[in-house]
Amino acid sequence: MAHPDIVWDKNHFGQTRRSDLWWLSPLLVFLGLGTFIVYATWAAFQNKYYVSGPYISPFYSPEIFGDSPRAWFGPEPAWIPRFLPYSPALLILWIPGLFRFTCYYYRGAYYKAFWADPPACAVSEPRTHYRGERTFPLIFQNLHRYFLRLSYPVWLVLVYDVWRACWFKDGFGIGLGTLILAVNVVLLACYIFGCHAFRHLIGGALDQISRHPARRRIYNCVTCLNGNHKKWAWASLGSVAFSDIYVRLCAMGIWHDWRIF
Amino acid sequence: MPGNALFRIWRGDAQGGKFQDFSTPISPGMVVLDAVHKIQAEQAPDLAVRWNCKAGKCGSCSAEINGMPKLMCMTRLSDLNLDIPVVLEPMRTFPSIRDLVTDVSWNFRVKKTIPKFTPRKPDAPDGAWRIAQADADRVQEFRKCIECFLCQDVCHVLREHHKHDEFIGPRFFVYAAALEMHPLDTADRIADLRHKFSIGYCNITTCCRQVCPESITITENAIIPLKERVVDRYFDPLKRFFRIL
Repeated sequence: MAHPDIVWDKNHFGQTRRSDLWWLSPLLVFLGLGTFIVYATWAAFQNKYYVSGPYISPFYSPEIFGDSPRAWFGPEPAWIPRFLPYSPALLILWIPGLFRFTCYYYRGAYYKAFWADPPACAVSEPRTHYRGERTFPLIFQNLHRYFLRLSYPVWLVLVYDVWRACWFKDGFGIGLGTLILAVNVVLLACYIFGCHAFRHLIGGALDQISRHPARRRIYNCVTCLNGNHKKWAWASLGSVAFSDIYVRLCAMGIWHDWRIF
Repeated sequence: MPGNALFRIWRGDAQGGKFQDFSTPISPGMVVLDAVHKIQAEQAPDLAVRWNCKAGKCGSCSAEINGMPKLMCMTRLSDLNLDIPVVLEPMRTFPSIRDLVTDVSWNFRVKKTIPKFTPRKPDAPDGAWRIAQADADRVQEFRKCIECFLCQDVCHVLREHHKHDEFIGPRFFVYAAALEMHPLDTADRIADLRHKFSIGYCNITTCCRQVCPESITITENAIIPLKERVVDRYFDPLKRFFRIL
């Protein structure tokens, strides 16, 4: 594949003849993802107000070691050095965090919005050197499916949390928080099980999928979800943050949960 | 809409050039290629433009219209803002020949380097194969490609970083996917995809999918599945234990 003889000169950063609002989409992604990262980091280090009645924030679930009655193995263990900031969220948030970080949709979005690589289609970049995902460090993006596999049990715990959210002190019931947590796990399911890696593993790797009718049916469903992966990614990101805010406000006493029945 | 529109067209060759303005009458239903032909007929008979079918099926009239790679014959003037000049340039990823014409022969040289279709032995004594429709459906999408090379033009790995020596570009990942996912094919292209064709350079901008005039889902249906097959081979030793998930 010999290089073509002549190529156009390198342009300067941001140069384009596009006359549309090409900068709007990366700007919105920058603001949306940036806001979530700042909020999630703040919330993860709070280590309080994450449980309210039968509800637990999805940022803190599963609570492996913690001070709430929902902790699986009791309070923070002694072997964790005291000088390190501790929060139950720190033990778990890295799984969904890295799952989203290595997600094919988010990769394309944040390469544009945060790294200008490129800023938008047919818009010039700030740097000439390029390694892509071929070498260190971005070759680690290929580990996406490992974080997918780790996300299955985390999602199952969140499903169980919805069941727990139906049991109040006076018995079974549904509150507004129950519905918020339920919507959250549905949106997360659409995101996780519409993932490109899941689509590949469930059937995309097969050239003759007609020989596997069950997997073919699932593959077709996953393909359907995958077509809207971007929407599920944003909807689930918003629902996770909103669920945390709702539980936090209830736990702080600023908001009182509305018990439907 | 009837009236005049201003077209700012790149005039030049491999040594250089400049934009030249042309004002020409327009009428309802016109596409950019119609206007270029009108300018060519009435004002600039030496204006070079490559075209053939005027129906979006030959992939010849690829150019950059207001900075975005598009087919001139499929871009309606009514979809453009004619209050400002319509800027027409040749594709920037390939060498300029003259005016709006570029040398896309690099693509044909690349295509020769991809291992060809290698079918398994015929299924029937008469030398025929049997393919389930469900298996054919998946690769059928890739057959829609008209080789306009707009995806190659917009891909920043080629356009900005000029990795033509190492990277084959989205068009040929679609071609490789059509072969690699074919139910009859037995050739193995995974090692080439990783090392020789450098699929790792793709960072999922989806620009190729966005400019495809045939609406081929290039990123999601061709490139990402090929990346996942590379992951199967090189980055997932656990797959033998997690056969499906």
